[in-house]
Amino acid sequence: MSSSLVDSPSPGPETGFAPPEGAGQNHYTVTPKTGSNGSMDGDVLEISMGPQHPSTHGVFRMDVVLDGETVIKLKPVFGYLHRNHEQIAEGTSYLGSMPYTDRLDYFCSLTNNWAYAIAVEKLAGLQPPERAEYIRIITAELTRLQNHTCLAGFMLMDMGALGTPLMYAFREREKILDLFESLTGARMMCNYMRFGGCRVDLPAGWLDQTKRVVENYPRFLNEFENLLSSNEIVMARTQGVGRLTKELAINASITGPMARASGVDYDLRKVDNYGIYDRFEFRVPLGDHGDCYDRYMIRILEMRESLKILDQALKDIPAGPVMDPKAKLRAFKPKAGEAYGRIEAPKGELGFYLISDGSASPYRYRVRPPSLINLTVLEDMCLGQTVADVVVILGSVDIVLGEVDR
Amino acid sequence: MLGTGIIKGMAETARNFLGSYTSEDRLPTVQYPEEKIPAKENARSFPFLVHDRNDAEMGLRCVACLICEKECPPQCIYIVKDTIKKPDHTGKLQNHPKIFDIDISVCMSCQICVEVCPFDAIKMDTAFEFSTTDRFGALLLHKDQLAKSNEHYQKIHPTEAAEVDARLTGETAKAEAKAKADVEAKAKAAVEAKAKAAAASATTPANV
Repeated sequence: MSSSLVDSPSPGPETGFAPPEGAGQNHYTVTPKTGSNGSMDGDVLEISMGPQHPSTHGVFRMDVVLDGETVIKLKPVFGYLHRNHEQIAEGTSYLGSMPYTDRLDYFCSLTNNWAYAIAVEKLAGLQPPERAEYIRIITAELTRLQNHTCLAGFMLMDMGALGTPLMYAFREREKILDLFESLTGARMMCNYMRFGGCRVDLPAGWLDQTKRVVENYPRFLNEFENLLSSNEIVMARTQGVGRLTKELAINASITGPMARASGVDYDLRKVDNYGIYDRFEFRVPLGDHGDCYDRYMIRILEMRESLKILDQALKDIPAGPVMDPKAKLRAFKPKAGEAYGRIEAPKGELGFYLISDGSASPYRYRVRPPSLINLTVLEDMCLGQTVADVVVILGSVDIVLGEVDR
Repeated sequence: MLGTGIIKGMAETARNFLGSYTSEDRLPTVQYPEEKIPAKENARSFPFLVHDRNDAEMGLRCVACLICEKECPPQCIYIVKDTIKKPDHTGKLQNHPKIFDIDISVCMSCQICVEVCPFDAIKMDTAFEFSTTDRFGALLLHKDQLAKSNEHYQKIHPTEAAEVDARLTGETAKAEAKAKADVEAKAKAAVEAKAKAAAASATTPANV
């Protein structure tokens, strides 16, 4: 991603890598210093991080050009996990792509389901009943909780805290995945939402179990914050690292916690009011600096807001059906037209764009993946930082390669 | 003071470490192969075919309608119809699958086959230990491996199975009642026809 709109950290004149005239800020011509006998000094080191590097969150590669320890160029290379998601969806029925959406961002299958369901519901004119909307919000906020918990763990692991924070995070996540399993049948590949509602109603006792998990969650968050938020090593490694300016965040259409950490007040739950989010009281936390610490902190604060939404939703959930009576499972053919359904997924704005030609499968199916678009500013955040910081910055972006590559 | 944050964190890890001896909340893991967490009631792994009457061949509820084969997103089901027919729970003669294969190395456990099946013939199992040294053959399950009894279904998904059983029993009762009514109607019709014929034979000579 190159942008001439903002100042990005300059490598300085002494490195010998000045940007060429007329090129954007982030393009550097590599002119290696040569010795007196014409041999290269070997100052510039080009390394390939990935595709199997443990900190790349999947099969993802970064071509990094280093001057000493400083990053002067970074090129993300992805596509290793490409599995033709959009083309497959254009060849299968509308219902048939629902389980494939689970595999986009495999941490948050329920929010992926929801975004796709919203797009198809707009296309077919279906309206989910009240109880289904509440179930959707409860599952989506639980998804947000477990995604952000894991992210904090992974980010700390990228910093070198091997194990402890991640294991604590996974322990809590497992309690939420247990809820998902008893509701949908699967821990991660839930395949739960349907066009016009949800597949099954809540099992007996599920709401009480959820209430218990939600009640105990703040205790875990306090512990987690005690462990990390004021830790001097964490602060030294994250504060001022990988700064993303507000202007660049807006220009590069960054969404989600990453944009909010840079101070962009944009949360689809407030802006778009999809579902019934306008009935709930919650705040949108915003960051000041746009560095890695803010991105970590935003997620912790968002989890506390999610708990507020969950408290209200679990109290207010009405009885009733969970499926629109007009919805049908087989031979589902929405009328010709187009629709764009979007939600605030834990990673950012997740959108599904569909064009229907009146047949049983979509004519065009396009995903707007938040991970991929948030990844485009990776170079801008990494320039001028050390190679060890690249790993932390990548961790703070929160990518899942299933969604980046599709 | 520099270092207080680290000390606070250390206190937290100590609390978690010591707590893991007393609190179930802090040590949720089990020693897997020796000890297993029981499957949740809604849990799903791979599909199986339900059969009744302890007859894994002709008791199959599957009528080879091919709907699941068509709807399966990764297309892991393969069905061939048989020429023989078998009675279903209402006594009606239905088709029978000659071949019913599911390639569980392709199956993604999405449960769509279960949702679209109009005959309650295919359901999700909870068994998950399928590892094998044979990469292709052993993971291609045939009809005889897939067929499991209704009692098995009642055991793994009790609530759902009770609903299905109630519905099927209702249909059977209805079909039986209808059959009985049919028989009665037929008998009545026969009696009436006989009476008419008798009446006709009684009246005819008088007219002649």
